[in-house]
Amino acid sequence: MKRTVFRNRWLPYALIAPQLAVTIAFFFWPAFDSLRLSLYRASPFGDRLIFIGLANFQRLLADPAYFRSVATSFVFSALVTFVGLAVALLLASLANAKIRGLAIYRTLLLWPYGIAPAVAGVIWMFVFHPSFGVLPYLLSFVTAYQFNWFLKGWVALVLIVVAAIWKQFGYNLAFYLAGLQAIPGSVLEAASVDGAGPIRRFFAITFPLLSPVTFFLFTLNMTFSFFDTFGLVHAVTQGGPGDATSILVFRAWKDGFEGLQLGYSAAQSVILMLLVVALTAAQFRFAEKKVTY
Amino acid sequence: MAATTRVASAGAVATAELAGHLPAARRRDMSGVIAHAILVASVVVLAFPLYYAFVISTQTLDEVTSLPPKLVPSTHMLQNYADAWVRAKMGRLLLNSAIVALAVAFGKIAISLLSAFAIVYFNFRGKQVVFWMIFITLMLPVPVRIVSTYQVVSVLGWVDTYWGLTVPLLASATGTFLFRQYYQTIPDSLAEAAQLDGAGPLRFLWSFLLPLSKANIAALFVILFVYGWNDYLWPLIVTNSPEMRTAVIPRTSQLPEWNVAMAAAMMVLLPPVVVIVVMQRWFVKGLIETEK
Repeated sequence: MKRTVFRNRWLPYALIAPQLAVTIAFFFWPAFDSLRLSLYRASPFGDRLIFIGLANFQRLLADPAYFRSVATSFVFSALVTFVGLAVALLLASLANAKIRGLAIYRTLLLWPYGIAPAVAGVIWMFVFHPSFGVLPYLLSFVTAYQFNWFLKGWVALVLIVVAAIWKQFGYNLAFYLAGLQAIPGSVLEAASVDGAGPIRRFFAITFPLLSPVTFFLFTLNMTFSFFDTFGLVHAVTQGGPGDATSILVFRAWKDGFEGLQLGYSAAQSVILMLLVVALTAAQFRFAEKKVTY
Repeated sequence: MAATTRVASAGAVATAELAGHLPAARRRDMSGVIAHAILVASVVVLAFPLYYAFVISTQTLDEVTSLPPKLVPSTHMLQNYADAWVRAKMGRLLLNSAIVALAVAFGKIAISLLSAFAIVYFNFRGKQVVFWMIFITLMLPVPVRIVSTYQVVSVLGWVDTYWGLTVPLLASATGTFLFRQYYQTIPDSLAEAAQLDGAGPLRFLWSFLLPLSKANIAALFVILFVYGWNDYLWPLIVTNSPEMRTAVIPRTSQLPEWNVAMAAAMMVLLPPVVVIVVMQRWFVKGLIETEK
């Protein structure tokens, strides 16, 4: 910290004021207000708030539907993250060779990142369409089972998982490929000469060396599947059928803005905040211990 | 001990090769072929849904609903796109999306350039507190405090306005963090030299830091443009009138037919995808830098 420092009494405050104003108005105020609101419920006409202590939380923790949403969120995020990363890593390992045209492949892999989750959902909705979609049509040759996501919860979940993975997959693959190409061949050759087979080489050398890439992609995919997939659920399944695809953010929105239960929704926000703080803390601990840079 | 095994396995490799297994050069050729095959297959599988959506957007409703599905473009393209444009007022929606995406991108770049400059190049009272206040925002994304953020916006009278659509999305420190990291890598001698030349802090920011930050600005721009264009939850909450909606929210009631809906979807997805493809180098940089 031997940085040359400019001296000025008021300028630094002026420079930081816009950021600070936005942060206070749209971060701290809402965050604390969520805490406060979670202790109230709206009166029947919605004109005033009635203090009810921790009743919103008691109601949430006694609501099986809420726990179904917790489970749905975790299953959804785990599927998107683990399936997406595992397949990308497998394909990247198989495709790791000194070849030409990598820049072109990278372009052709990265573009789906630009597609909004909701739009990805609309496209896959038609691919999965029970009557006219190409996927149920092809599956009808294999099995008589009706893959109807309007009726079957698990098909609807698969639909949004596939749409989410589709959007993320290209850059997962591109980043793993870049990570693999950065591992010097001599390290793997030495292990090979020592008699380590390809699978042993992968787990003893390649995978640990890739841990920064994995950690980066893991964080990105988890955040994406937890928070940025609201549009996907809203545009495609509306949380249904039943509540098979009601992820936590969707439920908080629905209870707050469709059900107008502000306190109940705020209580869900508070639990989400605690969850994010816990996950972030876990992430940092993990990063310190396991990630080799 | 290790040496002997190494010699022994080297011998085994040699015998395997003598016994007619693939020589090293051929093996490398094979792995190249496999690599190309896998990458081409991945690219094709990724592109298929987009191609399928495009094909549907060119068909008549009869063609869309016929079995087996037709996978070649048809003749109805212009009519479907014109239909979507008129009935869903796509022009207005795309304009709104563009305004939000550009305002979020430039707004956040501007305020974070300034705040990072203050944090790195000045000492002032309360700096630590301010620093932590800003950086704690990295932990909690907008979706976890929707009801209360909406109430703040409604107190300000910003519901259904461009202010309400954009300003709350600026409350995150990704940009500040990125510029702070970058400023810290700039040698102190630069600021010293600038001061010797009589440049004040604002002059230094404008003539030295800003040009040096070009690559970071471009990287942040791509990420923020895509984020602003594609954000769904916030515009859904903060707008009531159809004229203030952004394009990502589907207009199912105006466009119930699949072919017209797909035409609208193609229009919505094109701008962010083009930005990513054209600015690919900065996109990759931005992805890495904003996640650190």
